[in-house]
Amino acid sequence: MPGKLKAKIVAGRHLPVMDRASDLTDAFVEVKFGNTTFKTDVFPKSLNPQWNSEWFKFEVDDEDLQDEPLQITVLDHDTYSANDAIGKVYIDIDPLLSCEAATVISGWLPIYDTIHGIRGEINVLVKVDLFNDLNRFRQSSCGVKFFCTTSIPRCYRVALVHGFVEELVVNEDPEYQWIDRIRTPRASNEARQRLISLMSGELQRKIGLKVLEMGGNAVVGYLQCFDLEGESGLVVRAIGTACTLDKLSPGTAPNTTTHTNTHTLPNTAPTSNACNSPSKDSKESPLAHGCRSTHNSPVHSTCSSQRLSHSQNFSVSVPTLVFTGMGSGGSVGKEAGPLKTLLRQHTQSALEQREFPIFTLTCFPPGFLVHVGGVVSTRSVKLLDRIHNPDEPETRDAWWEEIRQEIKSHAKALGCHAVVGYSESTSICEEVCILSASGTAAMLNPRFMREGCLDTGGSDHRLSRQPHPGMVGSERGEGEVSSTWLGFEDASPPSCGFVHIPYDEFNMPFPAQLTYCYHCRRQKVPDVLFTTIDLPAEAEVTGKGCLIQARLCRTKKKAQGEVNATSISNLLPFMEYELHTQLMNKLKLRSMNALFGLRIQISVGENMLLGLASATGVYLSALPAPGGIQIAGKTPSDLSYDQHISTMQKRIDDTIAKNKELYNIHPPKLFTLDPEAFTGLNTECIEEVVGSPIPDRQRSSRLFRSTSESSDELSELDLSHGKKDAFVLEIDDTDAVEDIQSLLTDAPIPAGFYSCNTEVMPGIHNWTSGLQMFTSVRVYRLSNANLTNQGLNKIFTDLCENLLKSLYFKLRSMIPCCLCHLNFTVAVPEEELIQVAVTAVAMSFDKETQQAADKALTRGSGENEEQLQFSMEMCGESTISNNQPTAKPSGVPESAMVHSSRAPSVDYGSFADRCSTWLELLRLKAHTIRRGSVKTSRRTQLLAHSVSSSERCSPLPEGRSRSLRSTRSLPCGAPVTVVKMTPLSFLPGTRIVKYLGIINMFFIRETTSLREEGGVSGFLHSFIAEVFAMVRAHVAALGGNALVSYSMKECVFMENPNKNQAQCLINVSGDAVIFIRESDQEAIPPLLTSRQTSSTGADGTT
Amino acid sequence: MSMELDVFVGNTTIMDMEVYQLWLDGLTVSDAVKVRMDEGALLECEANPEVLTSDTMDQFRTFQMCERLLHSPTKLGSQLLYQIPAQNQIILIERYYEFDSVFAREVLGKKLSKGTKKDLDDTSCKTGITLKSCRRQFDNFKRVFKVVEELKGPLVENIQRHFLLSDTLARDYAAIVFFANSRFETGKRKLQYLSFQDFAFCAGQLISYWTIGAMGAPTVPDSMMEDMDVDLEKEFLNELKDLKVLVNDKDMMDQHKILVCAALRGKIKVYKLMEVNFKNLSRALINLASKLTHTKDVRDLFIDLVEKFIEPCRYDRWTVAEITLFLTHYTNAAHCLGTFRHQMIWDRYMGVIKSCILQMYHE
Repeated sequence: MPGKLKAKIVAGRHLPVMDRASDLTDAFVEVKFGNTTFKTDVFPKSLNPQWNSEWFKFEVDDEDLQDEPLQITVLDHDTYSANDAIGKVYIDIDPLLSCEAATVISGWLPIYDTIHGIRGEINVLVKVDLFNDLNRFRQSSCGVKFFCTTSIPRCYRVALVHGFVEELVVNEDPEYQWIDRIRTPRASNEARQRLISLMSGELQRKIGLKVLEMGGNAVVGYLQCFDLEGESGLVVRAIGTACTLDKLSPGTAPNTTTHTNTHTLPNTAPTSNACNSPSKDSKESPLAHGCRSTHNSPVHSTCSSQRLSHSQNFSVSVPTLVFTGMGSGGSVGKEAGPLKTLLRQHTQSALEQREFPIFTLTCFPPGFLVHVGGVVSTRSVKLLDRIHNPDEPETRDAWWEEIRQEIKSHAKALGCHAVVGYSESTSICEEVCILSASGTAAMLNPRFMREGCLDTGGSDHRLSRQPHPGMVGSERGEGEVSSTWLGFEDASPPSCGFVHIPYDEFNMPFPAQLTYCYHCRRQKVPDVLFTTIDLPAEAEVTGKGCLIQARLCRTKKKAQGEVNATSISNLLPFMEYELHTQLMNKLKLRSMNALFGLRIQISVGENMLLGLASATGVYLSALPAPGGIQIAGKTPSDLSYDQHISTMQKRIDDTIAKNKELYNIHPPKLFTLDPEAFTGLNTECIEEVVGSPIPDRQRSSRLFRSTSESSDELSELDLSHGKKDAFVLEIDDTDAVEDIQSLLTDAPIPAGFYSCNTEVMPGIHNWTSGLQMFTSVRVYRLSNANLTNQGLNKIFTDLCENLLKSLYFKLRSMIPCCLCHLNFTVAVPEEELIQVAVTAVAMSFDKETQQAADKALTRGSGENEEQLQFSMEMCGESTISNNQPTAKPSGVPESAMVHSSRAPSVDYGSFADRCSTWLELLRLKAHTIRRGSVKTSRRTQLLAHSVSSSERCSPLPEGRSRSLRSTRSLPCGAPVTVVKMTPLSFLPGTRIVKYLGIINMFFIRETTSLREEGGVSGFLHSFIAEVFAMVRAHVAALGGNALVSYSMKECVFMENPNKNQAQCLINVSGDAVIFIRESDQEAIPPLLTSRQTSSTGADGTT
Repeated sequence: MSMELDVFVGNTTIMDMEVYQLWLDGLTVSDAVKVRMDEGALLECEANPEVLTSDTMDQFRTFQMCERLLHSPTKLGSQLLYQIPAQNQIILIERYYEFDSVFAREVLGKKLSKGTKKDLDDTSCKTGITLKSCRRQFDNFKRVFKVVEELKGPLVENIQRHFLLSDTLARDYAAIVFFANSRFETGKRKLQYLSFQDFAFCAGQLISYWTIGAMGAPTVPDSMMEDMDVDLEKEFLNELKDLKVLVNDKDMMDQHKILVCAALRGKIKVYKLMEVNFKNLSRALINLASKLTHTKDVRDLFIDLVEKFIEPCRYDRWTVAEITLFLTHYTNAAHCLGTFRHQMIWDRYMGVIKSCILQMYHE
């Protein structure tokens, strides 16, 4: 009996009228947990009942506490007939089970009904008294913290990364049980909601147990998904990264030096482990790629890699393509150079003991990521059959195990021992299911993975998101101690180390164009890099980044069973190839050389397959400049044809030039010059560097050293670069025509907007607190059934482009702003329907202060450390702008260069004015369209004026209401807490002081009066708004004021307009947090801050 | 290919106030798109008509979903469904309850009943305001009326408390409620030249000086219980009968005339005509006062003022300044009449009548 759950029902408000005669309601509440139910008294004839109940106490096992939700049902008492249910509230009490999360759930929660939506609110209080259970064989895992965030949570530091955890539970879907034929839709929906809630509770508990077994105390990057397999069942699965996290007490500055010394010792120990680790080979043996059943094909056949070879230039960064299915994995390590082999063995030792060296993290402490190889991905097509025994979900487990093994072997083939930024997904259509997994092959620093070895650098990183100057020192120190086998580590500065190839250059896993790193000039780098992770904080980027999407639609014959599965698996490699080609072309068109956050989604429908790849393109300063795109025709005889080609070529060249301006990409040109000129220039350049604003002096000296050392290799480097310019697209190729079309149809982003699908936009650092999270869903009906692939592609591309355009227009009042974490999800809900859902956050930034900050930082060059600490966001900017003067020919005066590097391609001059007069303008316009009648609104105008003066920008950004509330409060009781939501792991300008627990909610909404609810759009609009409202309310009840790492994982929409019916399922998740403004924080003395953090947190909303 | 579904939901509800106005004006989506295009919305953010249509539809839907909450504005602040910044809430409510004075003028004094609502299409034709907008405005009037009707306490404050309106707008609503309650005649042809503002001003005067609440409610705490602002004070209206002495007592009337004439001699151009008409004008005002006990005559207050006083003056081409002078001295002179005892009532009556006449005296 290790837990006591207590609940108190305080009051209700805004209840619906249940008795038409009196226009009132006689409400009472049932509180249910497990099999125990309590009831409140009936509060007669009121829409705002005050129950003020006693504490209902449930004495339960902590196992149940983790699995079960607290279920609160509000009913209308009816003397003569059965009581009518008004609605329900499910409360996940998991956040109360960890001592570091929330302590009480208290607040107004929306009462939800699956047919009517939100029907009023209920005020509840929930507490848990937990008795510590030290039983070793316990089934519960209370106290393990869960985070959706895919980086180390901001107020923790990582002591140890244990690795991959996964779990999967299956059940029959209540919607498909026989009983569903006789029960009401409401009952069926509620059964489903409850079951999923139970299953995710169980899943979380089981994962928690695994974490405890591994010795960890938290799961980071927790990703839970549902597979609605229809007839064959319901699967809830989750993956995550087990870690040991230490809570950072605010104000304690981590002592870098003392800890740094301690790392170096344990580093040597495992080397011996690695040598006698027998696991390596034995682990590999069960990997047989082709030995699966017929309908789960390897994603890439050899044929696809054959296709690639004719234009090797762009196959470089597509390791998956070439690799998957080749099975050459294990050999690479053995033939690699001695240094690397050593390192590999050394680091592998820590990882090899694990079955899956896989990490769901996308953002890492500095030094964690050593090298990045490239994207690895696997898809497998499966036929679903009924899950016979829900208690033994072995089939599904085995499927995913296969996939993960394959991912692991791909990573190995890239010379990497780990996979980071890993995620899994499914697409189901009828009985066919595509399982996908992707990640980034990487080499990791083993010291994060060993017991008893605490990292310190990581904590700095989380606070500052910028490599701490001390970090560089520590790395170097470490390198010296163990230079015998980590020699090259010393030579590669952390800012470019991750782009250095992990594989052996003489035994490359795929044809790649290697050059020496443009930053350190000592290690080889590929010409293009694709990854699924976020841009590492230490990475140096030239200019800004942008969202790059490849879209593809392929028709497919309708088929059943195995035939269908086979045809899908035959299509997959081609789709993936084309998506990669598109991505590469678009990347080149934007003069960029790396993709981050790559996510390729392939959705299956009855008669088509949709592919959507999204990523954020950047220009990594350490990688070579991409060559242009050249169009070549096969039949040069025709004059008009030649002309056509040359106009096309011109358009492409123009676009590239325009994009360079737009994204502020002015890469150092001098590397393409001949070596003589380069060395000459370089020495001059260095001299300037010494006096110029380089934050890290060591870097400049290192640059100097490295160039001189490797000068004899320069000619080779430049030769290879010379060849590279020829990225040829042959226009005779129908694919190429399509490619060019899609290249040129991408509409440019409107002035003042940027977009990316990563956490933050490289090149933008000066975020304001203005932020707007949104979800947009569109469904298109294809009217013409006989569409060609091209036609379909065009439609699909237009759909995505128009959606983006609409988003920009909608958010125009936030300019200058960046759409971050743009997450597209495509689906084919029915034949001839395409559904696209986007969730993102628009964050406005301050153009003017950004420039001012630039200037300030550029001037204060020498002692940058202090500035690093107080304004880390700006520092990133400074490194970027500073980086340019270093590389530029020194003939140009420095001031001019600084100017040019910052020259905005967009003019925001008028923007400030526009903002300040926004409301006046609005009012004027509103009045011009009136019919000359005198308005009664003199007062409103005054009001509008006062608002515009206090609120300079648009009325959109949240959070300002607080200041306004004080000036003119709405006289209607306690104001609703403003809860911010963002898909990012942080809120700009704020500091997260407490994580209150994971929010993971699943809702079903159904209607039988679709037309009355405003059609499908009206229905979905209000449902999404309701989901947001419920999430916000639960966050607020936990005492939080924001939800970070928010994601909408599932949005399944089904309609039947003829029957006037529709149903929608939504699953959302995120981390509830308390944040404080950075400016507020200064006002609060550190003592008080710490007390606030450790206190209940119920009033942490300030 | 057609768009089957298109929604955009922000954590903070995005509301474009320009579009809101178009929605309030009762435009259809396509008309609203046209208006927006004419205003140059396409120049922003490289929009195209498709984007604009999508945005307009979405905004209209948002407003429609919020409309329910706007019907009881206090709920808007405590509801959880839409996260709307407080300052936006204020604007939303204020705009929703704003009305076209042309429309208000049409409905003024009419019973806020279903019958009147049915006639709104005529009103819509006449005023050029869309029927949808007319209905919203009418429903607003009716809603405010219904809520306030039953409440105790000062009218304007009640409206402000329950509908969170600005002071000015609340006063306008108070006027509408007041007119609808007392059913003042405003529709006669002769009254057509008066604007809503004229009537609203007069209503304000009546509310401020002639109702129970007006004369310092604390003296009559029991009357707090009932519509203290909505109805004119019965007692006061009864007492007005006493003013008849000013026209019935011949001496007093003469005396009054002499005093007024003495004060105005040489000061107004229409002195001659005034001298001739004094008794008629005075009789008109006093008779008006004495009749106010009858509900019907209260309703005719404004038409009577126009017919009996304003029109004769206008015929004689009095200027506003002259009327001001006349009414001032006319009022003050009564105080000098030794035998006249109803000074309090007189001032209370004439203060309102004077400001009403001055407000109404224009073309």
